[in-house]
Amino acid sequence: MRQEVFMAGIGGQGVQLAGQILAEAALEAGLELSWFPLYSPEVRGGPTTCTLVIADGPVGSPVVGGDADMILMDRAAVAMHLPGLRPGGLVVINSSLAGTDFERDDVKIVAVPANEIAAELGSERAVNMILLGAFVGATGVVARRFIERALHKVLPERYHEYIPLNMAALQRGAELVAEQPLRGD
Amino acid sequence: MKKQRIAAGVQSLLTEEATCLATTEAREPIYTRPDSLTDTPMRFCPGCTHGIAHRLIAEVLDELGIKQRTVAIATVGCSVFAYEFFDTDAVQAAHGRGPAVATGIKRCEPDTIVFTYQGDGDLAAIGLAEVMHAAARAENFTVIFINNAVFGMTQGQMAPTTLMGQKTTTTPRGRSIEQGGFPLNVCELLAQIPGVAYLERGTMTSPKYVRQAKRSVKKAFQTQMDGLGFSLVELVSSCPTWWHMKPLEALKWIEEVMLEQYPLKVFVDKLEAGE
Amino acid sequence: MPERELITGNEAAAEGAIAGGCRNFFGYPITPQNRIPEYMSEHLPEIGGVYIQAESEVAAINMVYGAAATGAWAMTTSSSPGISLMQEGLSYMIGSELPGVVVNMVRGGPGLGNIAPAQSDYWLATRGAGHGDGRCLTFAPFSIQEVYDLTGEAFPISQKYRNPVMILADAVLASMREPCQLHERRDPPKEKPPWAVGRGAESRERNIVNSLWIDPQVLEEVNWRIEHRYQQAAEDETRWTEHGADEPQILVCAYGISARICQTAVERATEAGISARLIRPISLFPFPSQVIRDWAERTRKVLVVELSMGQFVEDVRLAIEGACAVEFMGRTGGAVMTPAEVAERIIAMA
Repeated sequence: MRQEVFMAGIGGQGVQLAGQILAEAALEAGLELSWFPLYSPEVRGGPTTCTLVIADGPVGSPVVGGDADMILMDRAAVAMHLPGLRPGGLVVINSSLAGTDFERDDVKIVAVPANEIAAELGSERAVNMILLGAFVGATGVVARRFIERALHKVLPERYHEYIPLNMAALQRGAELVAEQPLRGD
Repeated sequence: MKKQRIAAGVQSLLTEEATCLATTEAREPIYTRPDSLTDTPMRFCPGCTHGIAHRLIAEVLDELGIKQRTVAIATVGCSVFAYEFFDTDAVQAAHGRGPAVATGIKRCEPDTIVFTYQGDGDLAAIGLAEVMHAAARAENFTVIFINNAVFGMTQGQMAPTTLMGQKTTTTPRGRSIEQGGFPLNVCELLAQIPGVAYLERGTMTSPKYVRQAKRSVKKAFQTQMDGLGFSLVELVSSCPTWWHMKPLEALKWIEEVMLEQYPLKVFVDKLEAGE
Repeated sequence: MPERELITGNEAAAEGAIAGGCRNFFGYPITPQNRIPEYMSEHLPEIGGVYIQAESEVAAINMVYGAAATGAWAMTTSSSPGISLMQEGLSYMIGSELPGVVVNMVRGGPGLGNIAPAQSDYWLATRGAGHGDGRCLTFAPFSIQEVYDLTGEAFPISQKYRNPVMILADAVLASMREPCQLHERRDPPKEKPPWAVGRGAESRERNIVNSLWIDPQVLEEVNWRIEHRYQQAAEDETRWTEHGADEPQILVCAYGISARICQTAVERATEAGISARLIRPISLFPFPSQVIRDWAERTRKVLVVELSMGQFVEDVRLAIEGACAVEFMGRTGGAVMTPAEVAERIIAMA
């Protein structure tokens, strides 16, 4: 098993935190992984990406080129990275910011109105977890219980009261995949 | 007048030595090589004050009883062979890096007594950053700074401390603002830094000044032993060879010309202040 | 045994050094390795170690020189432009026969370049160490675990050969996170080496740490003593790994992060029916010349992959001594090749 994930968005959306949670979850699940974050020089508001490779054996190249599946969190990320997705690849897109009109029909697209769902859940910060939930739902890369463990590890103690909210967000994202047939399937 | 006095002093030393030789069995020698100097003959030019500076440091190490735990840092310039003359542990540092090397030694072995012996090229040109930042960090070691207004080892080029109008091999028409800019007064710069605990400028042109210089060297080492912070003694020194002067003329030039630019002064003394 | 932790290469280098016995750090900030001095400033003082932020890389390496002269286990870390500034100090360390560890998280160059991954300091690391007849023993990790392990091991190796050791990584390995198995922190030996200054002078001859030898005969002797240590290192410290087919059509040579890319590329090529074998030098100086030559003579087709205009490839060519042609594939300036591109090249060569 080898799952490559590329995540992109703008600083402050929680791209790196989503990456870190998925990485820790893979570690909890006993898998091998490599996680490479890339920030723009701006601390907040600039483009930010990370690449994760999760495998049940040696990871090999942490550089994945166009091989990775994707989570794209805003319009700029879609414009920049969607053209590079390999045919047949999977992409989870935040349709709240990027709309639903995409120029690829040879890839599997999961469009998630993450900002609206986050507002329903009562926390705009949950956007990244909703999108991660959709990705995990579509790929089954790690079981959700490992993500819950990862949250305990990654989040500072004072935020642990928000873990149920994060798990609910993850759940909503995953359900959405079950509800919508993948475009391009 | 002064010339005669010095000559008389030398004469009396010679007479004394003759007396010692004549009565070795009867009298203890009154003037011997300090324990902290090796018996390697010094190779400095005639009339150069490096030899006096070495001896003063060695006497101080003897008197304070710290020879066994001292590390001398030889630097680059005429100071380069200092490790041959000080009978202590020694480390040779790259040009200007003495204070960084001293930092590494002192931080890892705080019980040692560490001093750098640096000329004006080493300290005030290539090594200015290292000495300033060692002072800023209040590093607890001692710097002996030999200022003779010229690069000696490389044969007489302009130093940062070269005086305005002074002729050197790279200021053949004399140092000018256009070509060489202004002399750098290191003590005046360092005096503003709170990490400095002892800072004095002395010279060695007469027995009086030599005794005064020894007192300041001793206070600098005492400052270090008491853990008060950075200590530096600048010794305004002679370079008869590259000043193209006779030894006595050189001493006179220090007193009459150099000390105008580099006045003798205690800049900082936290030992005296009882801090 | 502590569990595996997800840490960056910078953290692995810092903790690996502490675990290996380093207690003294002197450094200067430069991207992409800033997490190392930050980590050291937090952890060394709490275990009685020394952390100093130097005024420059020039000062930092000279502080390491001073620390090493006392027999203390000391290090500095930097990235390419900072390593350039350290060349003088490294040369003095080699000449004075002092140990010490330097980690270089290589970034794109020349000049200020950028902060993206590169392997363009290969010459600087393996040929460099400033002026004169001396070199750094150089090791190149390719995973976070190896960054941790090699940085720790670098300390005793550097003490053994009385020569600086460089850990040559890159901007990807600096900021990438992977699970890393940590071990207990070892203390450095309490006893100082006999050549160290600053302690116990009353019961021994005085020690002088020096690289100045006016007499050419003496300096030549010193240089031979250093050279003999390199020859000993070639016997005892030459390291590499091999990966892939036993009867390969293509031999691939790569080190560090490029070797990770090549690992996957070799697998891809194998899936496409082309057999390849990857030789990954871990020690770059000493260089595993013999194994590369042996395999090159069997395959007659060699591909060298690195993130530079072609530096490591020279050592491969020297190892092969013209026995067969060597093809080169490089990206530079912070650009990185993908496994697919390397696989394509391997397949095209077959």
